[in-house]
Amino acid sequence: MAEETKKFMYINRKAPYGTIYAWEALEVVLIGAAFEQDVSVAFMDDGVYQLAKGQDTSGIGMKNFSPTYAALGDFEITKIYVEKESLEERGLTLDDLQHLVWEDEDEDWAEKDSIRLVSRAELGEVLAGQDVLFNF
Amino acid sequence: MSMLHLVNKSPYENNNLSTASSIMQGGDELLLIEDGVYGAVKAGKASAMLEGCTVSVMGPDLAARGISEDKLADGVNVIDYNGFVELVEKNDKVQSWL
Amino acid sequence: MSSIEANGKTYETDEEGYLADLNTWDKDVAAVMANIDDCELTDSHWEVINFLREYYEEYQIAPAVRVLTKAIGKKLGKDKGNSKYLYELFPYGPAKQACKYAGLPKPTGCV
Repeated sequence: MAEETKKFMYINRKAPYGTIYAWEALEVVLIGAAFEQDVSVAFMDDGVYQLAKGQDTSGIGMKNFSPTYAALGDFEITKIYVEKESLEERGLTLDDLQHLVWEDEDEDWAEKDSIRLVSRAELGEVLAGQDVLFNF
Repeated sequence: MSMLHLVNKSPYENNNLSTASSIMQGGDELLLIEDGVYGAVKAGKASAMLEGCTVSVMGPDLAARGISEDKLADGVNVIDYNGFVELVEKNDKVQSWL
Repeated sequence: MSSIEANGKTYETDEEGYLADLNTWDKDVAAVMANIDDCELTDSHWEVINFLREYYEEYQIAPAVRVLTKAIGKKLGKDKGNSKYLYELFPYGPAKQACKYAGLPKPTGCV
């Protein structure tokens, strides 16, 4: 039974540890990956903080889930949109974020970048082209 | 009478930091904890609100969020949980901007 | 809370037999867990178990079965990176059963 593939977009707008949203979103994304849909993930507003490098939660007694973002490529999630305006407002650049890649099995596991830096206008166009939007 | 103002939310999410920093009186201190620490990053827009304020941030909350101390606005004081207790003791009142 | 005995030590588990604390894991408890399922651990089993422990250490999650299969294929070769091979080793489901022996929580996305 060939089911139609839908375009799923998960939108992350919250910082990682102040609320449970970021971790819950990550779990939903990973579970949803089993349904083999066309999945994209977007990070905007305070959501961009989720991808910050060098997180060390040993002093606050919470699980550091930032290493899990690097597994998204294994789950065949290869389109990760990061909004430029949100980074700029917070004084961040791509260098402050983890370098996320996926490995292309068809090209002898060549590493390819997963993160696509987009402007708000460009992200708007990406959102317009989706079938289902999930907000966290 | 001095007051310790506590902010625990990101300044990009709501206006708590803006309210706190503009209402502060001479001698008051500001302490940023949890997501509030994002307000202390020098390159971020929100750090302009800290001008003229005596500001401390929680070190463990900075580390959890991957913010190194060299990224902080000038004059921001990094403290630990003991430092938090000292600030509460030192000031007459604590105002939490929840 | 349930528990498992191995080599004179007690290991706390959840109701489904997954270790409560992955830091308490050792090879003895893995072997005892396998015995409960009538399974004897061979080098081939250990290859997968060790792989899962390394994966968890790096990413802080257990991989879903599809991800595991692909990653094993990359690391240990195509002849091992397929469901047939992994199901022969772990008939109760490679992700679930192997994760249990590896002391990891039940994989994300497993029902």
